Amino acid sequence: MLRFLFRRLLIAIPTMFIVVTLAFFMMRAAPGSPFVNERHLSPEVEANVMAKYGMNRPLAVQYATYVGGVLHGDLGPSLKYKDKTVLKIISEGFPHSLLIGGLAMTIAAIVGVSLGVVGALRQNGPADYTAMGVAVLGVCIPTFVTAPLLVLLFASMLGVLPTGGWPTASQPLSSAWRYFVMPVAVLSLPQIAIISRLTRAGMIEVLRSNYVRTARAKGLPEHSVVLRHALRGAILPLVSYLGPATAGVITGSLVVERIFSLPGIGRAFVASALQRDYTVVMGVVILYAGLILFLNLVADVLYAALDPRVRLS
Amino acid sequence: MQSAVLKGRSLWDDARRRLLRNHAAVTSMVVLALLVVAAAVGPYLAPFPFDQINKNDVWMGPLTGGHLLGSDALGRDLLARLLIGLRVSLAVGVVATFVSLVIGVLWGATAGYIGGRVDEVMMRIVDILYSLPFIFFVILLMVTFGRNFILMFLAIGAVEWLTMARIVRGQTLSLKQREFIEAARAAGLERNAIVIRHIVPNLLGPVVVYVTLTIPGVILAESFLSFLGLGVQEPLTSLGSLISKGAQDMELAPWLLIFPSIVMVVTLMAFNFIGDGLRDAIDPKDR
Repeated sequence: MLRFLFRRLLIAIPTMFIVVTLAFFMMRAAPGSPFVNERHLSPEVEANVMAKYGMNRPLAVQYATYVGGVLHGDLGPSLKYKDKTVLKIISEGFPHSLLIGGLAMTIAAIVGVSLGVVGALRQNGPADYTAMGVAVLGVCIPTFVTAPLLVLLFASMLGVLPTGGWPTASQPLSSAWRYFVMPVAVLSLPQIAIISRLTRAGMIEVLRSNYVRTARAKGLPEHSVVLRHALRGAILPLVSYLGPATAGVITGSLVVERIFSLPGIGRAFVASALQRDYTVVMGVVILYAGLILFLNLVADVLYAALDPRVRLS
Repeated sequence: MQSAVLKGRSLWDDARRRLLRNHAAVTSMVVLALLVVAAAVGPYLAPFPFDQINKNDVWMGPLTGGHLLGSDALGRDLLARLLIGLRVSLAVGVVATFVSLVIGVLWGATAGYIGGRVDEVMMRIVDILYSLPFIFFVILLMVTFGRNFILMFLAIGAVEWLTMARIVRGQTLSLKQREFIEAARAAGLERNAIVIRHIVPNLLGPVVVYVTLTIPGVILAESFLSFLGLGVQEPLTSLGSLISKGAQDMELAPWLLIFPSIVMVVTLMAFNFIGDGLRDAIDPKDR
């Protein structure tokens, strides 16, 4: 087990290094200085600004400084917000993004697995078709379509949910939840679609397997066969979907946080991208890459721990 | 009655028969054909040019003032813009998929055929790239180098080739063991010639399936970028930027959001159903 973890880390570390390097050189290869968009600076002032951010030094030195900073958790200053560091922007937004993303993943797992199991048990029945219909819609309707349409329907026309924003800290949970309904629904729908498909396929296969037949032959009640025996095997493939699911939720959060004006990292990322605030964009890309790599690692370890057939060599 | 000439049923005949029995796929093919024709010739037939600003026609609802689907804040005709947007989105989808197809097939076939060390290194590169959140690199590219149309094709295509390379490699590995490759080798054919003349054509089935599933993925990626304001630039438009603009103005003019959304969803659905249908038809055991 330890050796396996070690090997995976050996792959993850160079990958992370490639991310940092790619991000750094892409940014530096950009034509023009990052400050050209601001008021016209005289050459002297611009040289001063460049010197302040250390951009007048040789590229190799800058690169070494940046990598050194990243290793210490220092992602540099924001180029647009003079009083903020990239780390501050990220740490302000992250709890909000984590809450919304975590809720979306939890709901997607519960609803997706239930739909998949029902679909597999009642194959080609009305429940199956409904579940698969939801799955198809979830895959084909992108978040940037569902989000505005839901706002139009529930906020503008029916007026039952707020158009967006984040509840204040003093707001009681009984009214604060309304702010989360639409963002979480939009983020989880595509994941529900994929999870229910995976579960259905896994369940159908497992229900035909020998150990399930044995369980039935022992005279176990149906619910016990399905929930205790079959489900365990059927949701195993879901574990390896953890990494891609995280990537999907993160990508979706860019759209969702923008539309519902949630104060998360996604919105900060898009705003920085549009303002060409390179350091923030780089910092967030590095964070996301790290997060996805980490969850992929977790998924691999979990998979190996749950499935005795997988040998960690 | 038996016909005079007995004709064997080839793999492809079988696949076609299965595909034509799949109603969702057949309907989707018809719908897609109509969409392609609309995108190709529609802009020439539309009553207004897509970038014509009509000061008197601002915020026209559908079916008013000669605007079949209404007009936007600048009085531009939505139908004309929708047709151009569809054309741009489909073009991005096809071109970027082609880029990914070329890179992916060559990479995967080479790795699979040569095998050994080379395969190990080539696939490890794919693994590493695979674990990167690539859409963010596309965003980084668009931010640093400006919103360049060609760059977007290349960037999205360069992201999508990874899965293609994996599929192709797997197929190549199993093809390599087959007798006809052995025969070609025995006949003294060079390695490159075997890869290009014998391996690649036999990869057609899975590749065709994956291509039909990649195109909607690419359309989605482009629309995602355009929605964030990093894609196609005004006055040119794509389905994503139309939806983005529509979402900003939806309180005032919901039609600007609803019609582009419908076209987007119908397009994506058509591609997905065709892709699923093709997969079931070509490889019936992999359902």
